[in-house]
Amino acid sequence: MAGLEDLYREIILDHYRTPRNRGELEAPAVSAEGHNPLCGDEIRIFIDVKDGLVSDVRFNGSGCSISQSSASMMTTAVKGKPVEQVRAIVKRFKQMMTIDEDENSSIDESINLGDLEALQGVVKFPVRIKCATLGWNTLLDALVESDK
Amino acid sequence: MTFDVTTIRKDFPVLHRLVNDKPLVYLDSANTSQKPQVVIDALSHFMETGYAPINRSAYQLAAKATDAYEATRSALATFINAPKANEVVFTKNATEALNLVIMSWGQANLKAGDTVLLTHMEHHANIVPWHMLVAERGIQLRWVPLTSDGQLDLTNLDELLKGVKAFSFTSMSNVLGTINPVQHLCAAAHKAGAITIVDACQSVPHQPTDVQKLGADFMVFSSHKMCGPSGVGVLWGRESLLEAMPPFLGGGNMIADVRLDGFTTAEVPAKFEAGTPAIAEVVALSSAVQYLTQVGMHNVRQHEIELSTYVLNTLNARFGDDITIHGPINPELRGATFSFAFRGIHPHDLSQVLDQTNVCVRAGHHCAKPLMKILGANATVRASFYLYNTTQEVDALADALDSASDIF
Ligand SMILES: Cc1ncc(COP(=O)(O)O)c(C=O)c1O
Repeated sequence: MAGLEDLYREIILDHYRTPRNRGELEAPAVSAEGHNPLCGDEIRIFIDVKDGLVSDVRFNGSGCSISQSSASMMTTAVKGKPVEQVRAIVKRFKQMMTIDEDENSSIDESINLGDLEALQGVVKFPVRIKCATLGWNTLLDALVESDK
Repeated sequence: MTFDVTTIRKDFPVLHRLVNDKPLVYLDSANTSQKPQVVIDALSHFMETGYAPINRSAYQLAAKATDAYEATRSALATFINAPKANEVVFTKNATEALNLVIMSWGQANLKAGDTVLLTHMEHHANIVPWHMLVAERGIQLRWVPLTSDGQLDLTNLDELLKGVKAFSFTSMSNVLGTINPVQHLCAAAHKAGAITIVDACQSVPHQPTDVQKLGADFMVFSSHKMCGPSGVGVLWGRESLLEAMPPFLGGGNMIADVRLDGFTTAEVPAKFEAGTPAIAEVVALSSAVQYLTQVGMHNVRQHEIELSTYVLNTLNARFGDDITIHGPINPELRGATFSFAFRGIHPHDLSQVLDQTNVCVRAGHHCAKPLMKILGANATVRASFYLYNTTQEVDALADALDSASDIF
């Protein structure tokens, strides 16, 4: 059986205790809201897209250590990156979470997930995959908003 | 029969299984209960020896199956002291039973501007169908608020009931454990000219039920929470009310006649039982009813009061201000279902840690999001106890809680 140490890695707990980029962004930044119907977690992701770059990103809401730390790590991973690269990181993360819908897509090894690799252990706790991906799916929704 | 939890536990095979070499501590019975051997045997025995369609075929096997199915109806009528067995309607779960009564009775009796009274502690199954009627026919909803200790605030009940057509409420909160004064609420509703729908999912499995004494008009509950199989819900209603209601689902079994230009319905309860039901599950439910009757519902209630007392004493003594237990502190006013917040640890994380020692609790909004909002939480952890739970399991819960603090 997978032990809790696989799930609650120190870096994860660190982002949970001291979340990065927590807060809100004013318009013209856009936002999207995500819910985890299973546990009632709520998250809102704000992004500011300028000249094809995600120039700033924030999140707020409430949720478990996995959803909150994953969102926090996500913000540090995508901030300042071109939209296309952000989408690639999201895809790579979803592949790691085994929920990439495109089964034929190959893994883009050039993308380094860095600290996010710590979330790999979540896969051993399938119920928690939804927690880990909540912020990421919401980020995709926010990107759609920013295209409008 | 005297109540002995050690003997009771022998009847529930799953409680003896080890998970990762450790015993199972099942504290999620408000969600769904475990099954005694007699129910498991009844299910497989019927499948092996008696399975056949009901109400449709003349051969002996089918006639016997129909008898067994109807025997459960009678057993349930006795269990809740319903005047007549044909007032008991089988559905697929309590949610469907609530939808049936809300939609059917609502269609016949509610028009735009009519008001229905609910409470702030309802399960989504007793909220969403009403919202659907709001959208469909412009009815209005009113709500009984809560006191700070999670009881219904009945200060303005008569005012709230003024002009109300129906009062639909839970007999026991699946989140707070609060047991509501059903008899009093039914009497007040009737005085105001309203009918009552009682969501008794959390009380029928745990204490004696007498629909006549309670004075309810409709009552719903689920087989799977009372030691029976899943796939079966129960609606009880006064015969005259059921007869005056239009059918809910249309199809086989619910008709007296079908022509090219229309249909006439069968008598109650067939009118509300369209299609092939969960035949074997209904049959096995009768063994659950028999089992609970033999144990004695007064004994079940007494055991749960003792457990509740132990839970409150233990958790408060060990954790003091680190734990916030929602709902009434008097064990006489509550069932053995406890939602709580613990040391700021998110419920999802907490339940994950408890699972390491096989302590099975529910984390989430418990299908009562409006209530969660009032509690100021997105989620809680809920430990719920039943006739087979022990004080040792309360200790196991407390030990597991303690270990969670080391991580976060
Ligand atoms: C108070 C209450 N009402 C309704 C329900 C719905 O029951 P079911 O899931 O069997 O339809 C439940 C159980 O989940 C409940 O606790």
